[in-house]
Amino acid sequence: MTATTIAPARRPALSEGLRRKRRQERLRNLAFLSPWLIGVSVFFLYPLVSTVYFSFMKYDGFTAPTWVGLKNWTYVFTDYPFFWPALRNTLWLVIVMVTLRVLFGLGIGLLITKVKTGAGFFRTAFYLPYLAPPVAATMAFAFLLNPGTGPVNNILGSLGLPQPGWFNDPHWSKPALTLLALWGIGDLMVIFMASLLDVPLEQYEAASLDGAGWWQRFKFVTMPNIQPIVLFAVITGVIQTMQYYTQPLVAGKVASGVIGGSGQQFEPGYPEKSTLTLPQLVYHLGFQRFDTGGACVIALVLFGLAMVFTAFLMRRGSGFLATDD
Amino acid sequence: MSNLLIDRELDVPPATAPGLTAAGRAVRRTRFLNWVAVHAVAVAAALFFVLPFVFVFLTALMSDQQALTRNLWPDSWHWENLRTVWETPGFLTWWKNTLLYAGLGTALTLLSSIPVAYALARFKFRGRNFAMLLVISTMMLPPQVVIVPMYLFWAKQLHLSGTLWPLIIPMAFTDAFSIFLLRQFLLTIPKEYVDAAKVDGCSDFRALVRVILPMAKPAIAAVALFQFFYCWNDYFGPQIYASENPAAWTLSYGLESFKGAHHTNWNLTMAATLLVMAPVIILFFFAQKAFIEGVTLTGVKG
Repeated sequence: MTATTIAPARRPALSEGLRRKRRQERLRNLAFLSPWLIGVSVFFLYPLVSTVYFSFMKYDGFTAPTWVGLKNWTYVFTDYPFFWPALRNTLWLVIVMVTLRVLFGLGIGLLITKVKTGAGFFRTAFYLPYLAPPVAATMAFAFLLNPGTGPVNNILGSLGLPQPGWFNDPHWSKPALTLLALWGIGDLMVIFMASLLDVPLEQYEAASLDGAGWWQRFKFVTMPNIQPIVLFAVITGVIQTMQYYTQPLVAGKVASGVIGGSGQQFEPGYPEKSTLTLPQLVYHLGFQRFDTGGACVIALVLFGLAMVFTAFLMRRGSGFLATDD
Repeated sequence: MSNLLIDRELDVPPATAPGLTAAGRAVRRTRFLNWVAVHAVAVAAALFFVLPFVFVFLTALMSDQQALTRNLWPDSWHWENLRTVWETPGFLTWWKNTLLYAGLGTALTLLSSIPVAYALARFKFRGRNFAMLLVISTMMLPPQVVIVPMYLFWAKQLHLSGTLWPLIIPMAFTDAFSIFLLRQFLLTIPKEYVDAAKVDGCSDFRALVRVILPMAKPAIAAVALFQFFYCWNDYFGPQIYASENPAAWTLSYGLESFKGAHHTNWNLTMAATLLVMAPVIILFFFAQKAFIEGVTLTGVKG
C-alpha cells in the first residue's frame, strides 16, 4: 500500500500509472467507507444541526415552527422545574454510584483472581446479572425492594433492622438504583480481572521477598499497574451516567403504579423528582409536552456534557486512536 | 486473552503432606486460612448476585394469593404461570418483534460496519484520525441528543412511526460501537497477510473476505452478541417509535406494560420478567468466551 498522505510541494510530477493508482485507492476508500459516511451524515450530523435549529424555535409538531430566540434556553434554565433536580441527581449518581461501582468492580475483580475452588462458578455468578435486560432487572429490583411484600424488607424486618421505602422514598430511590447498578457489575469485573492478570508476577514476587504485606503489595504493585484502567472505568462510568435512562424511568413507573404502555401519562422522577435524569427530560419535554424547542435545549446540554467527558477519555491516550503505522 | 479463563497459580491449594517441618506447617496453615477467608467472601458475594434471580424465580411460581403475602417459598408450584404469561395476548408478538429487531439489526450492523472498520484500521487517507474521532464521539453520545429531529424525520417525512423500521434501517449504515470494537481487533492482525494475498492478485475486498474475516471470527462474534443484546435490551427506541402501536412492541417495552395490566400480581410479572431474561442468559452460556473477550476488547486493547 502506498501512502496517500503526501506533501504535494517539491514533488516531481507523478507518472500516469501512479496517478491512476491513487485515483483507484481513493475510490476504494470511498467505497469501503460509504455506509458510514451516509450513516453519520443522515443519522448524526444532520439531526445535530437540526437540534441546534429547533432549540431557537417554538414548535409543537403540528403548526409551523416560529423563531423565538433564546426563549427555550431561558425557559429550561430558569422556569422548567425538572432541569435542576435532574442535574443534581446526575451529580449524585456521578459521585456515589460511579465511585461505588468502580470500587466494587475492583473488589470483585480482585476476589475472582484469588478464588481457587469453583472459580468458574463464581465468575459466571458474578457476571450473569450484567446480562439481565435493564427493564427486566429493574422490574426484578422493584419487586425485591417493594416495601409491602418485598423479600429484602421481609428479611431486614425479621432481623430487626429498619425497612426503607426504597423506590417509593425520595431519599432511598437513588440508593436503590445504586444497588441495582452494583448488581450489574459484570462489565467492570471482567475489565479489572483482565488488567489484574496482566500485572507481571515477578513484581509481586520481588515485593514479597522485600517483606511487603498484602496491602503494600496492593499499593505499590497492583495500583500503579492498573491505574489507567481505573481511570478508564471512572470516565466511562460518568459517560454512562449521562445516558442513564431506562432504569430510573422504569423504577419510577413501577413504584408509582402508573400503568405502562401508551395509555396513561407518567410524570418522570417519581418519587418527588428523585429519579430524574437528563435523558428523561428530552422525552418529557419533546414527547409528552410537545415542546420541541425545550427538548432540543436539553439535548444540547447533554451533548455538551457527553463531549467534555469523551474529550477527557481521549486525552488520556488510551490508545483509542492508536494506529499501527 | 486466553489466560483469562485459566487460573494462575499464585498460591498452592491447601493439602496435607507428610513430613513437614514446623515452619512448613505454619505456612500451610496461613495458606489454608487465606483460602477459607477468600472463599467465604466469594460465597457472600455470590449470594448478592444470585439471590435476586432465586427470589424472582420463586415468586414467579407462586399462586396469586401467595404472591400478595410476605412468604418467600411457594406453598405450591404453579408452573402454569409461565404458560399464562406466554399465552397473554401480545406476548408472542413482542417475541417476534424483538427477534426481528435484534436479528435483522445485528446482521445489517455486521454487513455495514466490517468494511468501514477495516478501512479505518488499514487504509491510509487524509482525515482518518478525524473519522475515528467522530466514530468515538457518536459512540459516547446518548441517543436522546438527536432524537427530536430523528423522530420528525421518521414520523413526519417517512411515516414510519408505529413500526420498528426507524430502529432497524440505521443499522444498515453502521453502528459506531461495532466499528470501534472491530477496528481495535483488526489492528492486531499483521498486515503481511493482506500484502501476501494482494501479491497473489487479490483485490482489497477479496482479501478482506477471504483472509481477514476468517481471522476476525472471535471479534465478529463478540460484536454480533453485543449488538444483539443491545437490540434485545433497547427500551428507549421502541418507546419512541413503537409505543403508539402495540403490534410493534418489543419484549423490553412490553414487559413494563405487563406490570400495569396485571396490577399487583407480582407472580405473573416475575414470570414475565423471567421469560425476558431467559433467552439472553441461555445465549450467554453458549457464547461465554466470545462475550468475555468482547468486554475486555472495549477497555484494554490498543
